[in-house]
Amino acid sequence: MNKKQILISGAFLWVFAVVGTTFVAVTEDTTRTKIEDNERLVLLRNLNALLPAEEFDNDIVTDTTTVSASALLGTENNTIIYRARLQGKPIAAIINSIAPNGYSGQIHLLVGVYSDGSVAGVRAVKHSETPGLGDAIETQKTDWVFSFNNRSLDSPVPSNWLVKKDGGNFDQFTGATITPRAVVLAVKNTLLYYQQNADSIFQ
Amino acid sequence: MNREITQNGLWTNNVALVQLLGLCPLLAVTSSTINGVGLGLATMVTLILSNTLVSLIRDFVRSEVRLPVFVLIIACVVTVIELLMKAFFYDLFLVLGIFIPLIVTNCAIIGRAEGFASRNPVGASALDGFMMGLGFLAVLTLLGAMREVIGSGTLLAHADLMFGESAKALTITFNEDYSGFLLAILPPGAFFGLALLIAVKNAIGLPTKDKVAVVDDSLNAETA
Repeated sequence: MNKKQILISGAFLWVFAVVGTTFVAVTEDTTRTKIEDNERLVLLRNLNALLPAEEFDNDIVTDTTTVSASALLGTENNTIIYRARLQGKPIAAIINSIAPNGYSGQIHLLVGVYSDGSVAGVRAVKHSETPGLGDAIETQKTDWVFSFNNRSLDSPVPSNWLVKKDGGNFDQFTGATITPRAVVLAVKNTLLYYQQNADSIFQ
Repeated sequence: MNREITQNGLWTNNVALVQLLGLCPLLAVTSSTINGVGLGLATMVTLILSNTLVSLIRDFVRSEVRLPVFVLIIACVVTVIELLMKAFFYDLFLVLGIFIPLIVTNCAIIGRAEGFASRNPVGASALDGFMMGLGFLAVLTLLGAMREVIGSGTLLAHADLMFGESAKALTITFNEDYSGFLLAILPPGAFFGLALLIAVKNAIGLPTKDKVAVVDDSLNAETA
């Protein structure tokens, strides 16, 4: 193939790349706001599941604080904490927390903590636990995560924040101990983190 | 011609059961009916659009650069579908997640572009894309339904992700106390299920006539 042929082919490819990229860019541009709205709605839905909308009056999606990595939160990067307030007074913090030792890797949790240090609610937002066994941490599958509601480091005392098999106060599920063990520990650590950092979180 | 295309796509040369292409998404997402339908529809739309576009440019495109151009077209179509899905079916997108971009790598699509659309007129190519896509969708749906019924004892669970809140009523639960059969939902269940479907297809297919078609088309697919 001579030089001219190569140039023509190259130009042909170039034209297609330009047309294709334009097409994608236009679609991206027209759907961007809609996609951002969707992401925001899903986030708000997750947060509202932990904390009913009538308990706070601020914009919880934007009232956030970024905290540095902490072993108690299981994170290696900065992580976001959502802050709920009622007439300016702190009501609760919703903390992104990771249980690093699930059966199949990390379990990403959202933990809502009331300002008095009790649990508002826990949700697993991302995990790869075994379907049918470890995925009982999802609210669609079982009610297990609701057993954390209103618990705090006073009830039960920290040494009892274990699954029953290990002598603690929380049920494990049939056939799966590693998953609930990891989640119980992660929730306990999140409460400890909150206890130690409550003042700075709401600043 | 049209009859032949239809028969090829749905049965004789079915993407999933005969050509055995695109197995990665097929096996991965079919743990429920709705997941299967979602990915099947997205693949079908991709096939129709990519086949049509490839057929439209088949006379201008130089043969040295035709494969990069086909890949480019497919990648653009899939990216646009992904964006539209994020905008209009966000909940379903959260479930299907990474499998939408993976449609680009489904060799069934480049296979049809090269093997059929680059040599046939627009109408026939679009029909081929539709029928091939429909055949793939049917297998995904059937496999998803099989695994869901055996694995979780439900049918069409989470239909609301796709068809809106009112579709919650579509879910059929066969037995409230069914504890589930885990194997069907895990990856091995996908292989067993697909093997079963292929076996059933081979059992009812016309043996002699079928075999000829299979050999021809699999050669075709490999060169693509």
